[in-house]
Amino acid sequence: MSTIALTVRDLRVELDPSGIEIDDEVSFELEAGEVLGLVGESASGKTTAATALLNFQRRGARIAGGSVNVAGSDVFELGKSQLRHLRGGEISYVPQDPGSALNPALRIGTQLREVLEEHGFGSSDAERRERVEEMMAEVLLPSDREFLRRYPHQLSGGQQQRVVLAMAFACRPKVIVLDEPTTGLDVTTQAHVLSTLRDLAKAHGVAAVYVTHDLAVVAELADRIAVMYAGRIVERGPSHDLFNGASHPYTRGLLAAIPVIEGRRALQGIPGYAPRPGRRPPGCAFQPRCSYAVDRCETEMPPETSVSPTHLVRCWRAVEIGAIVSVASDTNESALVGGGQEALLQVKNLTAWYGTREILHDVDITLRARECLAVVGESGSGKTTLSRCIAGLHAFKMTGDIEFQGAPLARHARSRPVPIRRSIQYVFQNPYSSLHPRKTIAQILRQPLDIFFDLDRTQREERLAELLELVSLEGSLLRRYPDQLSGGERQRVAIARALAADPIVLVCDEVTSWLDVSVQASIVELLVRLQQEIGLCMLFVTHNLALIRSIAFEVAVMSEGRVVEYGPTDQVLADPQASYTRSLLADTPTIKGVLSGG
Amino acid sequence: MPPLLKVIVRRTLLGLLTLLLVSIVVFAATQALPSDTARAILGREATPERLTALREQLGLNRPAIVQYGSWLGGVATGDLGDSLVAKQPVTALISGRVRNSAALVLVAALISVPLALFLGSLSGLLRDRGFDTVVSLGSLTLAALPEFVVGILLILLLATQVFHIFPAVTLLDPQVSVFAQLKILVLPSLTLVLAVAPYIVRTLRASMIEVLESDYIQMARLKGMSERTVLGRHALPNAVVPAIQVIALNLAWLAGGVVVVEYLFNYPGIGSALMDAVSTRDLPVIQAITLLIAGLYVIFNLVADILTILVSPRLRTGLQ
Repeated sequence: MSTIALTVRDLRVELDPSGIEIDDEVSFELEAGEVLGLVGESASGKTTAATALLNFQRRGARIAGGSVNVAGSDVFELGKSQLRHLRGGEISYVPQDPGSALNPALRIGTQLREVLEEHGFGSSDAERRERVEEMMAEVLLPSDREFLRRYPHQLSGGQQQRVVLAMAFACRPKVIVLDEPTTGLDVTTQAHVLSTLRDLAKAHGVAAVYVTHDLAVVAELADRIAVMYAGRIVERGPSHDLFNGASHPYTRGLLAAIPVIEGRRALQGIPGYAPRPGRRPPGCAFQPRCSYAVDRCETEMPPETSVSPTHLVRCWRAVEIGAIVSVASDTNESALVGGGQEALLQVKNLTAWYGTREILHDVDITLRARECLAVVGESGSGKTTLSRCIAGLHAFKMTGDIEFQGAPLARHARSRPVPIRRSIQYVFQNPYSSLHPRKTIAQILRQPLDIFFDLDRTQREERLAELLELVSLEGSLLRRYPDQLSGGERQRVAIARALAADPIVLVCDEVTSWLDVSVQASIVELLVRLQQEIGLCMLFVTHNLALIRSIAFEVAVMSEGRVVEYGPTDQVLADPQASYTRSLLADTPTIKGVLSGG
Repeated sequence: MPPLLKVIVRRTLLGLLTLLLVSIVVFAATQALPSDTARAILGREATPERLTALREQLGLNRPAIVQYGSWLGGVATGDLGDSLVAKQPVTALISGRVRNSAALVLVAALISVPLALFLGSLSGLLRDRGFDTVVSLGSLTLAALPEFVVGILLILLLATQVFHIFPAVTLLDPQVSVFAQLKILVLPSLTLVLAVAPYIVRTLRASMIEVLESDYIQMARLKGMSERTVLGRHALPNAVVPAIQVIALNLAWLAGGVVVVEYLFNYPGIGSALMDAVSTRDLPVIQAITLLIAGLYVIFNLVADILTILVSPRLRTGLQ
């Protein structure tokens, strides 16, 4: 028999004191033992909604309406001590970044025990100690004295997240809210945390709300999905219905943006970006980015309507759109070409140190003209060091050779001749820190032009316009500053800055890891187009194995400073030889399993 | 050797090196003072012969480097030399003064540090409420006023014009312990408290606000911890860490800042002793007192660094 563990009705959260809505009309319910995937990109209000379930808001926001019912009590009606009893007792929370959510000054044993003590779990210290051991065993961590006496910084990211999971399950709650708990973890660690969570939720009949920006992560985990956009749930229903009959244009867009590891698919981004609270348009908030929009969408907010008894969609054209063939199973092949081009840049026996530690061992890779080589690895695999060595940015000792167009490359970018420096350009991971905050976009883009080319005023302005067009940005952005741009726009500017030098090789270091999935897809689209249109040679460094099929002809898989597998992408993904590649593949989340007929 | 001990030894050695450098600067500065000791002692009427004789007698005609060497040798063996003016050992001359100043600084520190910690953390906790506004405004105002202005205002308020509770000048009975004459200590130490506390209050308020906004405090609240546990166990220990350095700097400042306040209240401590010594060019006394103040700076900073390491697990466990 199923019991409802969590009911949310018309939840509204506002900015305080302006009263601008962050979330509104958020409703859903969840049965014991079920997992709900609450999916949304940045500015969708998903984290705000998640903490509201525990009647908590950070400074500057306030719960303004609706009700949340956990295990029979209305969370918003509780007094202070009742609320305290509820939090951590009946409903618990797992935060995004366990590294900052664990108190740096307290031993993890103390932090685990205090939950039990505060909620009066167990009648004696011995009993509580036993429970701590039990919890640690459930999350697959040791529970000996030495381990419990460690401080958070003495654990790895994955271990920290397990400690927080143990804490959340400590008092056997009815509901658990997880806010992007695996962001920042490697795929292997993420897979372990996800399976632990799934097992615990099923074993103890806990209802879990799993907040994420990545549909692929929850595809295999969630029984139900709710997709949020601009503070509202735009589509919700059983996982299977949602993946196979997505009826909101945004959900469809998200699905098309997810890289699929099994089939080489051209990724499609959603143009534009999600509006922040206070900047949301009237009518349907998604309408400016929507290719299905009609006049009505600009003025009237669509209500939730059901396309089936359990599947609700907030779109005027839901029924029509739902009838169109599912996007997720649609695998239009991307037109990546490659193979047989001449070697442009060769890395031979590269060994590099960081301080006194050797972190790259005997690496050999070859970049071919007009092709993209993906370097895939988890954190600490040495992939960024490799790309920095190629770009001449590695500051420590290195041995081996890097040859460019048949001639050896100087170690440091500074000692490379100008034409060589111009030929190899770098795009950094974080577009929020790689652009000079006090310069306009025009100034940022003009700099490489002034350094490398002798252009007169008109030529320069022409080139600027050309560059913007190449990365699909509007000319009006030139006068703006980086902080007035969205993350995706910033990364486009960073790419345009690299292209301004008219490079032959473009090194892309995790360029999509800071971006939303829909934006990531459009950046990948752009990079693929650049390969085809201007014949760029690319080194695409990433931790996301699923991405590479859409962009790279060849792949080098790195682990612990070595290339463990190297070959054409299709071949490596279809028939991986190294055991490391196999386990990486198995741990990468995919939406394949939930698609019927895909 | 345990890692912490290694740090302490290394820092102590560095501290000694600092003191050595300070002693050179102090010695050079006293040499550069205009006028000379012999003339200061003998007065304007002195004949050149008598001046030469006195310089000879005091060893002032030796090369500076030799004078420095013999002074440093003395310091190392605990002999600070003889006062040129009072003709008695510097140690005997200033020991009473050091005790008086120590009493003043101790009282000021014992009041200001706990008070500032309390006001600062409460103010951070009640951010933007009435109490916080008052404390913030008050501490900013006090921080902006030089301590002699604060001292004069206190004298006007509590000693001469409005109330007549405490004496405006200090008439210490040298036969009795300072602590038996508490009434005399009140105004000078209150001045020091008001000079020092605002900085600590402001630092603690800022770090308390930062800590309260942190993810681990949110987590503690979402775990259902009582407000008392959230503040006492999770927030305060983290908020105090940045304040330790500020407290140490302020205590060290107290040791030097006492000069102005002692002069203002005519309090017989090292401050007034230093003033007298400067006016009579009593080089050994100047050197002894400045070195003492410098030594206190070094010690307070050393203690603060070690305390910071002890209360920050990341630093403590990261020791090699």
